[in-house]
Amino acid sequence: MLLHSRAQSIDPAKSPARVEKVGKKRSARNAFEALLPKLVLSPTLIITLVFVYGFIVWTTVLSFTRSRAFATFKWAGFTQFARVWEHPRWHVAVENLGIYASLYVVLCLAIGLALAILLDQRIRAEGYLRAIFLYPMALSFIVTGTAWKWILNPGLGLTKLFHDWGWTSFQFDWIISDDMAIYTVVIAAVWQASGFVMAMFLAGLRGIDQEQIKAASIDGARMPSIYRRIIIPQLRPVFISALVILVHLAVKSYELVIALTGAGPGYSTELPSTFMYSFTFTRNELGMGAASAVMMLCTVAAIMVPYLYSEMRPRRSGGGH
Amino acid sequence: MAAKTWDSPQMVVGKHNNVSRIVIYSMLLIVALVYLVPLVVMLLTSFKPLQEVYAGNILALPHEWTLAAWEKAWGSACVGLDCSGVKGFFWNSFRMVFSAVFLSTLIGALNGYVLTKWRFKGDNVLFALVLFGCFIPFQIVLIPMATFLGKIGLAQSITGLVFVHVVYGLCFTTLYFRNYYIAFPDELVKAAMIDGARFFRIFFRILLPNSVPIITVTVIWQFTNIWNDFLFGASFTTGASAPITVALNNIVNTSTGVKEYNVQMATAMIAALPTLLVYVVGGRYFVRGLMAGSVKG
Amino acid sequence: MFKKRIAAVAAGLFACHALSAIAADKQVEVMHWWTSGGEAKALGVLKDNLKQRGYAWKDSPIAGGGGEAARTVLRARIASNNPPDAVQMLGFSVLDYAEQDLLTNLDSIAKKGDWDKQVPAPLQRFSKSDGHWYGVPIDVHSDNWIWANKKIFDELKLTPPQTFEELVADADKIRKAGYIPLAHGGQAWQEATIFDSAVMSAGGPKFYNDALVKLDAKALGSKTMEKAFDQLRALRGMVDPNFPGRDWNLATSMVINGKAAMQIMGDWAKGEFANAGKKPGVDYLCMRYPGTQGDFIFVTDQFATFKAGSDRQAGQYAFAEAVMDPKVQAQFNQIKGAVPARLDVPADGFDECGQKSMADMRTALKNGTMVGSFAHGQAMPEASKTALYDVVTHFFNSNQSSADAVKALVTAIQNSK
Repeated sequence: MLLHSRAQSIDPAKSPARVEKVGKKRSARNAFEALLPKLVLSPTLIITLVFVYGFIVWTTVLSFTRSRAFATFKWAGFTQFARVWEHPRWHVAVENLGIYASLYVVLCLAIGLALAILLDQRIRAEGYLRAIFLYPMALSFIVTGTAWKWILNPGLGLTKLFHDWGWTSFQFDWIISDDMAIYTVVIAAVWQASGFVMAMFLAGLRGIDQEQIKAASIDGARMPSIYRRIIIPQLRPVFISALVILVHLAVKSYELVIALTGAGPGYSTELPSTFMYSFTFTRNELGMGAASAVMMLCTVAAIMVPYLYSEMRPRRSGGGH
Repeated sequence: MAAKTWDSPQMVVGKHNNVSRIVIYSMLLIVALVYLVPLVVMLLTSFKPLQEVYAGNILALPHEWTLAAWEKAWGSACVGLDCSGVKGFFWNSFRMVFSAVFLSTLIGALNGYVLTKWRFKGDNVLFALVLFGCFIPFQIVLIPMATFLGKIGLAQSITGLVFVHVVYGLCFTTLYFRNYYIAFPDELVKAAMIDGARFFRIFFRILLPNSVPIITVTVIWQFTNIWNDFLFGASFTTGASAPITVALNNIVNTSTGVKEYNVQMATAMIAALPTLLVYVVGGRYFVRGLMAGSVKG
Repeated sequence: MFKKRIAAVAAGLFACHALSAIAADKQVEVMHWWTSGGEAKALGVLKDNLKQRGYAWKDSPIAGGGGEAARTVLRARIASNNPPDAVQMLGFSVLDYAEQDLLTNLDSIAKKGDWDKQVPAPLQRFSKSDGHWYGVPIDVHSDNWIWANKKIFDELKLTPPQTFEELVADADKIRKAGYIPLAHGGQAWQEATIFDSAVMSAGGPKFYNDALVKLDAKALGSKTMEKAFDQLRALRGMVDPNFPGRDWNLATSMVINGKAAMQIMGDWAKGEFANAGKKPGVDYLCMRYPGTQGDFIFVTDQFATFKAGSDRQAGQYAFAEAVMDPKVQAQFNQIKGAVPARLDVPADGFDECGQKSMADMRTALKNGTMVGSFAHGQAMPEASKTALYDVVTHFFNSNQSSADAVKALVTAIQNSK
């Protein structure tokens, strides 16, 4: 890395009067300087306050009203929440979210880490392989969903392919099965994001201190335990960033699900994001949509806030994501 | 590519044999093939005439290679009444994305700078507050934001759309830069301050020039997200000024019309090309950019 | 150095954004979801007529889900106080927006065009709110059709089934001959479309009206409704195992290619046949779902115009007049495969199935058997319709008994009101 530095410049000829005048100016400037960082940060804070938290408040207010097709302010207490919980689609959505989110995050982290470790082994075609694992993230959800819908289609996709190639007993009809369809969403989503997680871990791996590894091996430790005891724990910061990104993507899953399964068969791949969208915009149930959104946010907060809090509390002196 | 300055742990330890190399290579190869399948399917389908698409299987090579679907997608596919393909929308997306990426990256960099080099009480809390914005589902945002944009008169304009993307990109850009700058040596900043450099000078002279890797990461992430956005693009533009995702959606999701799968795949590929290029070309900077604290090597 | 660069870029950006589009005066912005080639051609008729009236067409298409994406975008546009001039609408949407006082009143041109007399009364219900005209219907589809591959029917010596039992028997023969009896696409709206016909066939137009329009609990929970579900169950047995998620037009192509014998679908399917070069009566047959002969379950596409200041009104009036122009109605529907929404359009130029449909509509109108389709939002309000969608699609995709389905139906409708 190129580092710039400037030569010291000290002006020895300063009269006391000048120094005093300069001193006064300097303290005014210092006051301004002290304020400047906060000023620079404030647009972002104001924007976040208004456009994130303000809108969250708005949605929360809506969830307590009787809004249906359009927003009204007739108080409805917890009725909308009750209606959401009574709705069979919501039960399916919540259950699916548990399956989907946990599998998505765990698989992406695991596959990302595994691929990163493999790629870290001084592979010759590293650049090409990395590009192959990374490119799915570049595709929009519409494209991903459409492509995978084709591949997993029992009549046109993989099944037909293997039949044509002679393996006639092959069957892969998860996408049309009530129970298994959600796993197809997991497949497509993991395919899309695991490469990105891999890149993050790869960068983390490359920053690990070689001396520690050398020392450990001299002490007689073997590769698996070197990974387990030394390398992976130092990747903790990468886990945070990866988790933030994965949770963000899991919450945003609407377009992928719609493109891949349309929340079907029936509504067996309904997720809170598709539930929220359809009730808010299509089914003329603004209040229910808002209630489901509030619950989703609470869930995300319940998981992410304690985690972020615990990770950010200890003072870190350089190093770490 | 720059000379590698690291060794894999295996090499450091001195244990690495041919069998394990073969295993490693084969595993990577198999996974790579799986990852490539969707891209191959999309490409093959886009080069086939429609009859072959209906009749054949997804990995079959075209009997008749044809560029017709691509030509149609670019210049004559119907995205509504207008049957002149997606080329206009392609340029719309470009114009919109550049501004949005530039602004959100710049502001994110300044934020990261402030949060790491100009610490004050409670800055971690503020950071967490900003970070939480990454989780807000866009559906919550749509109607209130539309109301707001309407009130300030920016409703159906590229400026409005850029504004929206900047607002909701700030949490990520701040995250990336903050994580990068936190590992940036404080001594350099202090040295510059002693020299008399002030807030902005330190930023533009010391930090930014050394931030190329993280700028690359941020730009890649923002470019991809904003380029691929559909909901905001559809809601905050009209007609011919829409981004390419709207055109793609119109071609892929015709509800009661004939579906030309080859044209759909060609359109999807055209829509994906810039982001693909950005990822593939920027890939190496990507990993380098994420290597905060790699100075100690 | 960086500073200069950033300043330059910023200046460039401001310059870019200063060039905001200035809306041309004489143009009408139309939002719709007809984005395929055939639909574009049909809309082209409307666009040309609008041009003759002196207004340019500004196209704002948003495809997807039969208008779902468009509906979302429309909400955003309304929230930002900048709605399009005209928007395609299905079902009750016109009434919903009219109630919120968002639509332009079209009474003056309604009188000029004699709409009250020329538009069938069942359609007017969806265009008029409080006695005033707000929507203009451009076409009338019906969805109680069966489209059949003529070659298979000829080969097996089948004639159009007149009762449901005959249909089941025919399906048996078809399956034994190695063809798929019913081509179906497993999406909620397609199952609901079949359900329309099943209910009509099982109970007749009055039952249909009581159950699906008036949402009468007794009708909804009756044995007749069970019979409708029984029909659905029987139809479920006629489809091939790969039906889930299949797009409707892929199912139609199964009929076109002779892999399947029949499809139950609205008459927008005609476009598929036409595109494949098939002719009615020669390559394919159009017949009414057994038990619904003489009934007309309609689906109509409308346009509504949004209030946006008096300067837009003239263009909106011109647009509405263009939609209701008998010439436009004739040409548009010949391409689209539907029937004009005006009774004074002559039948020449329409193909065999089109003319049959027009005749059916007139008969049904006379006998009071023209009813709106539940599947396409012309029977019950949106919330109840989607609730019923859930019940129907769940039944179709599972082993639920008809009795249980009926119970679920009653509960679902109850909860949605």
